[in-house]
Amino acid sequence: MKKIINNPDDVINESLAGVAAAHADLVRVEYDPAIIVRVDAPVQGKVGIVSGGGSGHEPMHGGFVGMGMLDAACPGDVFTSPTPDQMEAATKAVDGGAGVLHIVKNYTGDVMNFEMAAELAQAEGTNVEAVVIDDDVAVQDSLYTAGRRGVGATVLAEKICGAAAERGDDLKTVADLCRKVNANSRSMGMALTSCTVPAAGEPTFQIGEDEMEIGIGIHGEPGRERMKVKSAKEIVGMMSEAIVSDLPFNSGDSVIAMVNGMGGTPLIELYLVYNELNEFLKEKGITIARNLVGNYITSLEMAGCSITLLKADDELLELWDAPVLTPALRWGE
Amino acid sequence: MAVSRDNLVAWIEALQQVYNENKEYLTKLDAAIGDADHGINMNRGFTAVKTELESNPPDNIASVLKSVAMTLIKKVGGASGPLYGTFFLRASTAVTGKEELDAAAVVSMFETGFSGIIQRGKAEVGDKTMVDAWTPALAAMNEALDSDASLKEVLEKGAAAAEQGMKDTIPLQAKKGRASYLGERSKGHQDPGATSTCLMLQKAAELWS
Repeated sequence: MKKIINNPDDVINESLAGVAAAHADLVRVEYDPAIIVRVDAPVQGKVGIVSGGGSGHEPMHGGFVGMGMLDAACPGDVFTSPTPDQMEAATKAVDGGAGVLHIVKNYTGDVMNFEMAAELAQAEGTNVEAVVIDDDVAVQDSLYTAGRRGVGATVLAEKICGAAAERGDDLKTVADLCRKVNANSRSMGMALTSCTVPAAGEPTFQIGEDEMEIGIGIHGEPGRERMKVKSAKEIVGMMSEAIVSDLPFNSGDSVIAMVNGMGGTPLIELYLVYNELNEFLKEKGITIARNLVGNYITSLEMAGCSITLLKADDELLELWDAPVLTPALRWGE
Repeated sequence: MAVSRDNLVAWIEALQQVYNENKEYLTKLDAAIGDADHGINMNRGFTAVKTELESNPPDNIASVLKSVAMTLIKKVGGASGPLYGTFFLRASTAVTGKEELDAAAVVSMFETGFSGIIQRGKAEVGDKTMVDAWTPALAAMNEALDSDASLKEVLEKGAAAAEQGMKDTIPLQAKKGRASYLGERSKGHQDPGATSTCLMLQKAAELWS
């Protein structure tokens, strides 16, 4: 294992200390239990928005804490769900009296831990709603799996719900918007290389020099199919076809499109992917109204990318355009 | 024998060593069909459990189990944190006020804990989860109880059945947890959760005899 770290056991805390030092104007970090909280939380009268998940996906979620997005994030160990005490502490820290929304990615551990946290917070009188994000088309949704994984749509949901909470929407409205974003989003990822969990010390899976994994998850869990590496056009075509046909996205639709890097793919390739995606969608008569290109939901140092499309109406676009000021996403005002 | 508070603590502390020794084994099993953290998480959880039991020793059986539960819920994360946490929390409710556990009480403790796992995880037999180790183990323990077997025999039967259940997960296709995302490709691998459960029961059978 080759990583810029001191000790595998200290990775999370030392990285959090870096976040605290770099972004003291936006967030504060607590360590026991570990949470990243918006610096002016709780904002009175505003719905609080909490998310969380395993670490190793930076900037998600801690990088999205700030005005117009999350009020708090709970970082778990690398690729491991955070624990209910973190989520309960985060929920309390951001409860401004209007209730708290938990945005949960659909992984068994995340869902169970957030359920326990919601039970704890509700027992103490905080109104909590939870919305589970499950946008990954690589996973067949059936009674025989844990359901689709939550991936890229989480970033879009956090931005849009954050804007809705900021303009004063109530808890039910913000939660319904989150469900709407999830229902209208689809994603798919792929990887060229594996990644190494610091505490494990060796790559999560082996993959040949000339191979790629289509439908990869964000934890290095194997995907839908292993195949020889193809051209960017073919890769984007395969992923986009799976996404577009699933919702389906139709000619005349407007979308918010995210081309996301898995952590080890340079922007030069991500923009090349965006170009292919743009061409692909143009041919289908689908218009990209807004876009996001970069590393937003990563998988440590894995090389690869994911594509997320959200069918967007005027309301979603207006909330997307609203000002946001977080370590990793900032625009407007 | 009957299981005392000290016997219970000895088992829990021994589990710390078990999961420490099997950290890489469990993590490798998890890397094949999950996310390569089960051994790391169990080791972290039981190390914290041991530390907590040493610094704040609970004085009776139920409070030992509750302490274990709260520490696991706080320290483990993933799916195994809430599952094993709920197991110990629920198990503690089956032994409230007891100074010693005879064979029937031990089985009742495991059975009550297991009902918490079912409630939290909603898995069924054949889904390739820890349920596939617990279910045959409890059936075997109850059968042994019915024929008036000793605690030692009950636990040995339970551990053997858990081991068989664990091995029987190998050909199964996972229907719960991250392994379910692999579909057909989850076949041919032993479930890490069934394995950590089997290790837990084997250690009880070894110590409580």
